Amino acid sequence: MSEQRHGYFGEFGGQFMPETLMNAVIELEEAYNRYKDDPEFIRELEDLHHTYTGRPSLLYFAERMTNDLGGAKIYLKREDLNHTGSHKLNNVLGQMLLAKRMGKTRVIAETGAGQHGVATATVAALMGMDCEVFMGAEDCERQALNVYRMQLLGATVHAVTSGTSTLKDAVSEAMREWTNRMDDTHYVLGSVMGAHPFPMIVRDFQSIISREAREQILVAEGKLPAAVLACVGGGSNAMGMFYHFIPDEEVQLIGCEAAGRGIDTEEHAATIAKGSVGIFHGMKSYFCQNEDGQIAPVYSISAGLDYPGIGPEHAYLHDSGRAQYVPITDDEAVDAFEYLSRLEGIIPAIESAHAIAHARKIAPTMSKDDSIIICLSGRGDKDVAAMAKYRGVDIHE
Amino acid sequence: MSKIQDAFSNGKAFIPFITAGDQGIATTERYIRTMVKAGADMIEIGIPFSDPTAEGPVIQEASNRALDTGVTIDDIFDMVQRLRTRGGHASNEGAFVSEEPVTIPLVFMTYLNPIFVYGRDKFFARCEEVNISGVIVPDMPFEEKGELQSYANKHGVEVVSLIAPTSEHRIEMIAKEAEGFIYCVSSLGVTGVRSEIKTDIKSIVETIRKYTDIPVAVGFGISTPDQARAMANLSDGAIVGSAIVKLVAEHGEQADKALFEYVKTMKAAVAEA
Repeated sequence: MSEQRHGYFGEFGGQFMPETLMNAVIELEEAYNRYKDDPEFIRELEDLHHTYTGRPSLLYFAERMTNDLGGAKIYLKREDLNHTGSHKLNNVLGQMLLAKRMGKTRVIAETGAGQHGVATATVAALMGMDCEVFMGAEDCERQALNVYRMQLLGATVHAVTSGTSTLKDAVSEAMREWTNRMDDTHYVLGSVMGAHPFPMIVRDFQSIISREAREQILVAEGKLPAAVLACVGGGSNAMGMFYHFIPDEEVQLIGCEAAGRGIDTEEHAATIAKGSVGIFHGMKSYFCQNEDGQIAPVYSISAGLDYPGIGPEHAYLHDSGRAQYVPITDDEAVDAFEYLSRLEGIIPAIESAHAIAHARKIAPTMSKDDSIIICLSGRGDKDVAAMAKYRGVDIHE
Repeated sequence: MSKIQDAFSNGKAFIPFITAGDQGIATTERYIRTMVKAGADMIEIGIPFSDPTAEGPVIQEASNRALDTGVTIDDIFDMVQRLRTRGGHASNEGAFVSEEPVTIPLVFMTYLNPIFVYGRDKFFARCEEVNISGVIVPDMPFEEKGELQSYANKHGVEVVSLIAPTSEHRIEMIAKEAEGFIYCVSSLGVTGVRSEIKTDIKSIVETIRKYTDIPVAVGFGISTPDQARAMANLSDGAIVGSAIVKLVAEHGEQADKALFEYVKTMKAAVAEA
């Protein structure tokens, strides 16, 4: 719907890459266009979704949460039940099947919380490819378990110490590594960001979330939901959750950004609420930055949302008014993390808990005849130690 | 206005790079005067960016040091204004500064975001005012140069195109529309000193020459006089960044003599080519 200028969503997107990488991104786009409708490619991907990932993922009616909130019916799209524990595998399988067809034997990736890194390391093991993951040194500490998990899967993990040692720096370092070696190497970008064609490719591979959810909700409710919610860092699970609902104008699309310690403080990662338009990491979009265009250090309790930008299609959905983006603080997310655990027996990723938190605010104001779907993008096992620490509980591992 | 082409009018050009604000903006100003006195034909002034994705560790660290001093784009324009309007003072700045106002072409090297957010028209108007001849923007490829081209040209500033070892069939398209000079990237990867340059620069330059007459200078990885001479032999000049930034990092605010001698040696090597 929204691609106008080549590689653009309205005024957002583009291909702001060093000349050294231009042929690599052009080659990627050509390969994607060649294979995306190829029956053999589609069959292989669907087969892996079914036999390896465990798709379709469930659309679960959260009855106790619904009763507790007393408004709209709450459904959870259970991406946490995918193999590797998050939605990230949807995109990685697609990109790596493509990389294989392009003759690549090595993949590199950035990761924040470690979910995308784990998914990439997993598929590299499955497909017999070399894998190197770039992860901010601070995130390596916050998500030590995922670092070991990637190593267990045979990947090399590079702790990135440049800049703020978080996701943004991991992306920068992965880009630098790609300029060094692109002949045999594909960069498996993990979100709907970066230079064209990445935002389109990642969105397409993640759109399976809303393709399934739309069918599932029509079976369950006989009508479309009033709203769909997802957390937003770079925005891949949100883009996947929104995509097939975009033409359904009666469905509200709501992205939940990380407000950290509050958007009135400097410690947040709320790009839409507090950012401005800029050009960085290959794309024109919204970024948290100062008046000289220096990218701001951002903060969130969630390593996966701790990023100063947002994918260009989200910027477009925001500016066109089709989607709205709301800030959710650390405190609200941690409360929601505990709330879902106790009420439904489902421990959500702290990233996904941002979307749960917003559902708690809006569901009570909505009609009981309406429903909302929350994308439960990942499981929270990785966050348990950090949540205990947040509550002042000392865990000896 | 100084023109980029002037840099190539007296033999092969030596083009050093320095990060503005590293060791303080007053030190940068002095170092630029020093490099002019030592024979630089054009100077690339780096406007530091928080997340320079095309740079190796040496220039990344210089950018961080500069930004930690609080240097702003306005401070950098003000420095260029001083370079253009006054000479250095050997009495209090030492024997290595040029005592004349700087007349060689100066270009900015920075990323798109600082220019975009500062305001493109305002940025290039100030470039014109202080006599900046061109900009080098490593994250703006041919396909996206419309972001800056019209704003820059309106103010008489040229947008330098980069050609990389991977450009291949893109060379024709880029070279045909190139202005100022072509920045030929010597190697894959990011900026930084390299022991060896393996790319076939000769054939890249020959291809470029089929489509344009504007000068070609080679950069990325050059640090020794031998490398500079070899690259200048194959092109119209050599660009050196990380090696200079390293000298500044090593000597801090006392890099005057080391910089002067280094630039002088490198210019002599390039002149032999």
